Amino acid sequence: MTAQDIIFYLLAAFTLVTGFLAVTTTKIFRSAIFLLFSLIGIAGIYFWLEYEFIAAVQIVVYVGGIVVLIIFSIFLTQEAGANLPDTAMTKKITGGIAAACGFGFTLLQVLQHNFIGTTEPGIEPSVANIGNRMLGVNEFGYSLPFEVVSILLLAAMVGCIVIALKKPVEK
Amino acid sequence: MTGIGLTHILFVSISLFFIGVYGFLTRRNMIMMLMSIELILNSVNLNFIAFNKYLWANKMDGLFFTIFIIAIAAAEAAVAIAIIINLYRSHRSIDVEDASDLKF
Repeated sequence: MTAQDIIFYLLAAFTLVTGFLAVTTTKIFRSAIFLLFSLIGIAGIYFWLEYEFIAAVQIVVYVGGIVVLIIFSIFLTQEAGANLPDTAMTKKITGGIAAACGFGFTLLQVLQHNFIGTTEPGIEPSVANIGNRMLGVNEFGYSLPFEVVSILLLAAMVGCIVIALKKPVEK
Repeated sequence: MTGIGLTHILFVSISLFFIGVYGFLTRRNMIMMLMSIELILNSVNLNFIAFNKYLWANKMDGLFFTIFIIAIAAAEAAVAIAIIINLYRSHRSIDVEDASDLKF
């Protein structure tokens, strides 16, 4: 077992344990912090896979953006230190059975399937390559989805503003 | 050549996906459900990156899917939190059991 393997196992264990704690802990603020560590663990796996750009995007968008947004909404909507009402045991059992069955079935499929990859030389996922592809209009370009996503972000921003607007006071 | 293959990473992503499913099924708080959805989306991203690296390294499709999923997840989280805060303003609660106005 090389050092690279050990690092992967550590990252995977860290991600899974903090992810599990995030969905099971009773205090909602702790849950958000555990989610943050889980997302950092996933960014670490991206670094391990040598996809540095995706890892950076993961840290900037998820850790720096979405988790901060979630913590803000926790502060706005409830007492951060309070315990959440505990879920009913029947719900826990049925949810656990459903998740475990899905996990077993999917893992069985993955283990039975024989993945055949390409033998062609790979493209390095460097920022220059990603940028050329992202804005390319030739066969492998992604400029149309890029524009569609920008429209989607604009629509989401307008939607958020409309939802957050206060209703005008009736005279 | 390292001993870690595609199956190891798929195991991590499957585990994370079903941890998210478990959280989504058991928690009744809307912010907790949103966090579970973030975990599910992250496991899918990990899956795309793993397939891109180990099976189709000559293309960058998985990488671009991941980038677009991250962008859409950010938009989705922002809209969801706007809705949650608005719901809290009108109902003083973000428990899904209390949001039953549309229930027939």
